[in-house]
Amino acid sequence: MKAVCWYGKEDVRVEEVPDPKIINPRDAIVKISSTAICGSDLHLYNHMIPTMQKGDVLGHEFMGEIVEVGPKVGNLKVGDRVIVPFPIACGNCFFCRKELYSCCDNSNPNSHLADTMYGYTTAGIFGYSHLTGGYAGGQAEYARVPYADVNPFKVPDNLSDEQVLFLTDIFPTGYMAAENCNIQPGDTVAVWGCGPVGQFAIKSAFLLGAERVIAIDSVPERLAMARLDGRAEVINYDEVEDLHEVLKEMTGGIGPDSCIDAVGMESFGKNVGAIYDWVKNKTGLATDRFHALRQAIFSCRKGGTVSVPGVYGGLLDKVPFGAFMQKGLTMKTGQTHVHKYLPTLLNHILNGDIDPSFVITHRASLDDAAEMYETFEVKNDDCIKVVLKPDFSGGNGKMASDHVH
Amino acid sequence: MATAESNLNPNEGGERLWRQTYAGSQSGEQSESGFRKQSQINVGETERIVSGIGGGLLTAYGLTRGDLIGVGIALLGGSLVYRSATGHCSVYGAAGINTAAKENMTSVKASSSVRVDEALTINAPVEEIYNFWRNFENLPQFMYHLESVTKLDEMRSHWKAKAPLGMTVEWDAEIISETPNELISWRSVEGADVSNAGSVRFLPSTGGRGTVVKVELRYEPPAGKLGAAVAWLTGEEPSVQIRDDLRRFKQLMETGEIPTIEGQPAGRASSTTKYDRK
Repeated sequence: MKAVCWYGKEDVRVEEVPDPKIINPRDAIVKISSTAICGSDLHLYNHMIPTMQKGDVLGHEFMGEIVEVGPKVGNLKVGDRVIVPFPIACGNCFFCRKELYSCCDNSNPNSHLADTMYGYTTAGIFGYSHLTGGYAGGQAEYARVPYADVNPFKVPDNLSDEQVLFLTDIFPTGYMAAENCNIQPGDTVAVWGCGPVGQFAIKSAFLLGAERVIAIDSVPERLAMARLDGRAEVINYDEVEDLHEVLKEMTGGIGPDSCIDAVGMESFGKNVGAIYDWVKNKTGLATDRFHALRQAIFSCRKGGTVSVPGVYGGLLDKVPFGAFMQKGLTMKTGQTHVHKYLPTLLNHILNGDIDPSFVITHRASLDDAAEMYETFEVKNDDCIKVVLKPDFSGGNGKMASDHVH
Repeated sequence: MATAESNLNPNEGGERLWRQTYAGSQSGEQSESGFRKQSQINVGETERIVSGIGGGLLTAYGLTRGDLIGVGIALLGGSLVYRSATGHCSVYGAAGINTAAKENMTSVKASSSVRVDEALTINAPVEEIYNFWRNFENLPQFMYHLESVTKLDEMRSHWKAKAPLGMTVEWDAEIISETPNELISWRSVEGADVSNAGSVRFLPSTGGRGTVVKVELRYEPPAGKLGAAVAWLTGEEPSVQIRDDLRRFKQLMETGEIPTIEGQPAGRASSTTKYDRK
């Protein structure tokens, strides 16, 4: 089959690789109809995440049709149309039972690496380095899904791929970010980062009852999408002198009730071995750049909540912890417990409360993945979200989009 | 390494087991004291062989690195070759350790043994976990360094395990204490390649989280603590092994299978990499 493989910094290639097969009794094989490039895939593209290996198959946002099931998968049959959540959950450990699916105790075969990095292992993730299990991802024609009686989620035929594809990651991630804000009537939520997760956080904040959402970014088309699609008030941080003063003024001197950091680390550092050793030895060196998080903590109102869906990998330096403590803030974060949100979010789609396809700017063939990674990385051509299809027949590039501009 | 006595905790069943096992070796310890004064040779035969091979490998590896760390590794390797050739280890001399005199001991000694303690909570009923473990023939399913365990009778079993540098070690073990759904403890009997003793305890977790499985293992590495160090360098160190074993045991008990990526597609020759536990 064809698969998008990682070979190094800014080097991804579509290669011919063996088809996946059932390895464990609870596995299933999915024939992929649509898959997306996630912003977090760009961390891999830029080789900022350690433990990537040449030839790793990328992709953790994918959906398709079940073509084979293992002997212990009783609830799926060949032909079922499913989306596959990005974290892999076993469904039976203490954490899965508490619906903390991204903290699954069992799904990461490389628990020793995660134990060393984070104290305890977290769930395996498709196509996202050997630290999270080294599982082959879904930017391919087929993918093997472990614990398939728990992970794939059936979707109705009357919804298009593009309406349900983002249930795999970015929609639940934005939604969990908003849910973590504990939004009360009348609340103002500020969102740093207007990439796809930020866009879904904006919409989710309104779904959960926020009165105002303020979106912060510097990319004009992303701010335009936040304003026009998301109904957010927007701030281009490149165009203001002091973001904190602007937020303060916009909220009558109170500050946003909740602040969402949908930016995450900008850099993980380059020297894999050094970082690994430093973390292991618990020395205090910073590995992530996180100015958005500093601002979010500083600008959040007293007693408010900082919600962090943005991905961090290592150690943070100069955290304004005084502001955090003195203002009595709450912080909530985590990789998304996707499975927990699927029934609720599917209902929102079916009810017409949201059509997640609004975020797509580019569609292309799987064959053109390398070019699309580059487009997404440099944000060429107003690129916000790329969907790849193995059997794509249209022309590549930006789709006609009448609501962004 | 602390002495056996300082490790003892009378409140713990596994520790009592250890006291028992250790007591069995007291006479051997005493008989050595005279010998130690008379000979410069304080490194056992097996250990000398392992020192020679391991030292040679380390020296070669260190020299090919071509950096400061490589020089250090090469020097360490050279010192191992020296102790192999002469049978004398100055570190052992300074520490009062002599592994030459106790090669044929059957029980596990505190002074030269390695102790491994690991615990993990498994979300499954204690009966299920206990019964699975008590059938020792199941153990190679999640203890990947074991080649086989064969039941000889209710109390005795024959164990075959992979050892560092491609060797195989075998021993017979007997159960010395057992309380259903609470404790199993065992030790190797006379003639074991690797003298070892261990216990596994099954305790109810708080808040209905399942069963805490606590493994305590003591063994005498084939070449003393140095052998353990070589094993650590080659990635076959028992505390790491036991941790991985317990993790796989948990995976097997909680999910019915052990997750793996071996055999999955990749844009390279092998499905797994150096990062992946086999």
